[in-house]
Amino acid sequence: MTTTNQLSTQGLDLRYGERLVVGGLDLTLPGGAVTAIVGPNACGKSTLLRGLSRLLAPAAGTVTLDGADIHRMPARALALRMGLLPQQPVTPEAVTVEALVRLGRYPHQRLLSPWSAADQRAVDEALERTGTAALRDQPVDRLSGGQRQRAWIALALAQDTELLLLDEPTTFLDLRHQLDVLDLVAALHAEAGRTVVMVLHDLGQAARYADHMVVLKDGRLAAAGAPGEVLDADLVRSVFDVECRVIPDPETGTPLVVPKGTAARHTTAAASA
Amino acid sequence: MPNLSSRFVTATERAAPSGVPLRAFRYLPLFLGGIAALGLCAALSLALGARSVPLSTVLDALLGHGQGRDALVVTGLRVPRTVIGLAVGAALGVAGAVAQGITRNPLASPTTLGINAGAGFAVVVAIFALRLTDPVEYVWFAFAGAAAAAVFAQALAQRAGDIDPVRLALGGTVLQLVLLSWTSAVMLASQRTLDEARFWLAGSLAGRPLDTLWPVLPTLVLGLLLALAVAPALNALALGDDSAQALGVPVARIRLAGGIAVVLLAGSAVAVAGPVAFIGLAAPHLVRPLLGGDHRLLVPGCLIAGPLLLLTADVLGRLVIRPAELEVGIVTAFLGAPLLALLARKVAR
Repeated sequence: MTTTNQLSTQGLDLRYGERLVVGGLDLTLPGGAVTAIVGPNACGKSTLLRGLSRLLAPAAGTVTLDGADIHRMPARALALRMGLLPQQPVTPEAVTVEALVRLGRYPHQRLLSPWSAADQRAVDEALERTGTAALRDQPVDRLSGGQRQRAWIALALAQDTELLLLDEPTTFLDLRHQLDVLDLVAALHAEAGRTVVMVLHDLGQAARYADHMVVLKDGRLAAAGAPGEVLDADLVRSVFDVECRVIPDPETGTPLVVPKGTAARHTTAAASA
Repeated sequence: MPNLSSRFVTATERAAPSGVPLRAFRYLPLFLGGIAALGLCAALSLALGARSVPLSTVLDALLGHGQGRDALVVTGLRVPRTVIGLAVGAALGVAGAVAQGITRNPLASPTTLGINAGAGFAVVVAIFALRLTDPVEYVWFAFAGAAAAAVFAQALAQRAGDIDPVRLALGGTVLQLVLLSWTSAVMLASQRTLDEARFWLAGSLAGRPLDTLWPVLPTLVLGLLLALAVAPALNALALGDDSAQALGVPVARIRLAGGIAVVLLAGSAVAVAGPVAFIGLAAPHLVRPLLGGDHRLLVPGCLIAGPLLLLTADVLGRLVIRPAELEVGIVTAFLGAPLLALLARKVAR
């Protein structure tokens, strides 16, 4: 079996109790690429990520990783291939950054096997990469939001998985830290060839950083493909109910969504209705 | 994509990775200090009381060539009392650490999970219905009551097959209040039960022969081994169920194993000494600032801190109203209440 790290869903239904959140989803997320999942609030983005990472069992359908049903895989075996950064992880009390990142090695360890040099190397590398090496002896609960998010990413990196799932990794961060996190994700993909699947809110950022884009609306697939092909004014209108123009990003040439001015405030040019 | 991650890559470099074997030994002085303090407490527990015995006489008595009443007090009363105090304190301390770990709630303890109240109710019913009079006879009823309460609290907390930590703590607290009221009802209905049970219900190390400890020794050891075995997984569980699951932790199974460890430990403790509150709550909070939140250190730390707190409270109880004495359960409640208030403030912050 080839390991291309291709996640796909077949007729996936995800429910919370009686409520159907994601319905009949057939999806293929290309391996070795950065995929962004976007959509309006409550469209099922985060729920889909929970389904893809086995946190939520499907009510119907399957989720497969390179053809194997992830809900039939042992927890540890999956944890060796797929890392996850939840939207709001719990910050443990009295735990240093390094101790937090060391937990990423959990699936690699056995009950009686000691901490190995390889484990330490993975931890050191994750700390270096995320720029948290200088913070390694600081308690996580004392860090700022941006530092904390980088520590969490370091934890996921130390897990050393080919596939990385991130649920809104830029929420609660200022612009500088948002870019830091997204640049790090891009570097991981470019240098280490990791497959990344992330839920994002900002369409411009999604278009900039993702190779593949999945657009959800009301738990159903609205569009999927390369951002340049998928993201246009019609899609934004039908999915987000926003009138806009989509122009090439002056920096990168990727699609940039510019909402049309509806309110009269702050318009220097006459807004065309 | 060149240079995109320059801000991250130029992070501070460390000359050498910190040595791994050293890590475990970093806390050795603290552990040795804790053991020394525990030794001192045990010595005081052997020497002090209504009748104070010089340490030299204590030593003679322990070595078997002591004579007279003092030696008899030491070997006959204070040795069992101290040994039981060590075992019960250790059980409560470790049970508290695991309870807080599996519920991810710093206010969780054997008391808040309803375990003490369950044991209390079972013993009171047994005294009432079966006319028991000897603490040795209470052991199995206490254990059964503790286990039943814990199982019931877990059942209350079940939601969609998973245990919800907040519901577990809430359910346990509600269960505890219900059981306490039933206990009071039984005691008010029967003067004889009230007279028999009230000293046991206060929680005490006094007047228990070592025979009360032997039956629960296997469950104590099993509970301790289970607690040590789940400790690494509790570290991952501290990151939330989602993160723990993503790290490959079988969350539900670990929580169940931890719950069993708590029942075995706290059930054994309450069976021997009666309900003693606050040791399980306080021990982890005493250890955490010293050793950090790593459960692989926290559990052994509480193994020392638990008996340290319990023996200190017991010795205090013998000194405050000499020649009479205060039950250790009353002392711990007295000292523990302000602690709980302090913790609640800290958690709410």
